[in-house]
Amino acid sequence: MSTATQTELPLFEKLGGAAAVDAAVDIFYRKVLTDDRISDFFDGVDMDRQAAKQKAFLTMAFGGPNNYTGADMRRAHAHLVARGLNDSHFDAVVENLGSTLKELGVSDDLIGQVAAIAESTRADVLSR
Amino acid sequence: MATIRYDGRDLPVAPGESVLDCLLRNEIQVSHSCKAGACQSCLIRCTSGNVPASAQFGLKDTLRARGYFLACSLKPEGDIAVATANNVRVEARITGLDRLSRSVMRVRLQTTEPIEYFAGQFVSVFREDGLARSYSLASLPAEGDLELHVRHIPNGAMSGWLHAEAQLHTSLWLQGPSGSCFYTPGSTDQPILLAGAGTGLAPLYGIARDALYQGHKAPVWLFHGAVTPEGLYLTRELSALEHEFPNFHYVRCVLRDSDTPEVEVNELDKSILGKFKSLAGWRGYVCGDPALVNLLRKKLFLAGMASKAIFADAFVPSASV
Repeated sequence: MSTATQTELPLFEKLGGAAAVDAAVDIFYRKVLTDDRISDFFDGVDMDRQAAKQKAFLTMAFGGPNNYTGADMRRAHAHLVARGLNDSHFDAVVENLGSTLKELGVSDDLIGQVAAIAESTRADVLSR
Repeated sequence: MATIRYDGRDLPVAPGESVLDCLLRNEIQVSHSCKAGACQSCLIRCTSGNVPASAQFGLKDTLRARGYFLACSLKPEGDIAVATANNVRVEARITGLDRLSRSVMRVRLQTTEPIEYFAGQFVSVFREDGLARSYSLASLPAEGDLELHVRHIPNGAMSGWLHAEAQLHTSLWLQGPSGSCFYTPGSTDQPILLAGAGTGLAPLYGIARDALYQGHKAPVWLFHGAVTPEGLYLTRELSALEHEFPNFHYVRCVLRDSDTPEVEVNELDKSILGKFKSLAGWRGYVCGDPALVNLLRKKLFLAGMASKAIFADAFVPSASV
């Protein structure tokens, strides 16, 4: 494969596609559950359903196929905003996302691209 | 052109159309969200036809074994039949009523036609007047009769009736089986951990024996918890199983009043995590009270067990008692 083709690969493919999401989801979810800044938001949730949501989130952040709209993001997080979800919590999630990818050996450049996609949802997630 | 058979209708699939899109186009309600194979909201069951592995990506083994797939991820090339729920009821007669402990009754049932199930799944039991409750299956399909463990719930309509009034030969109706908490063969070198309290033992008793009789090689640990030793049951059978299978280990935990060294005074999660530092690579089954199930699966996950390797069945109490 020529370098030219490689640089043209979409982000999702560069990261390893669905298999990369599969590899990342447990690492990411464990970080989130043990992070005292945000773990309270996950108390009492159904783990299986939550793991599926984490997968959907990672797929989106990895630049993968998804049909989420800003309205979906607002609806899905409105009850958390009512419980006090704010920028510091959002930052904690992005930080956990970055350290997950670091653990999986992803380059800083690609981590930056993932963080930028996550960042683009901030206003909707926080209902602003 | 491929067709999808659903609820007695044959729906032609448009070129390039997914099962989900075809069902939605025909105004059939299917829950869905991402339409990209990630969120798993559109899980549906194939009852005949071929499902490629790509439509089952990321699903638990027990769901694959039952033909579940993601409706958004399958563009059928051949005819396929799908179902969203199983509404068929089978008649059964009570063939045994014996007490396993002061509060738990073993109810044995013989169905008028065989039902296919995996030990650990549950059935909905309907009395003649329509009263319905769900119970887990502690029996193995090869044993013939079905075995349920029914805990007497104060003022419980079905459990009260089964404990005090039901007679042998009485007819009941069963719907199901449902649930994805069961043993799947393969990975016989993967250690298995089963944990539950009270009648959470019913599915675990079935799953443990299923694994052992199918020749599971790695250790199989069963943790049964109760408030006091009175709440433990099938202790003789499980101890006998320990003698029969050197890789089977049975741990009893109570919160108080233990008068024998075989019964630990400890909380289930603390007993488990006290014995194993890491559960990476293990497979886990947790059953019983929802609060305990949620706590255990979180603890097992944080101890390194993969989320896909944890199978849970929370016994949600009936709102109408």
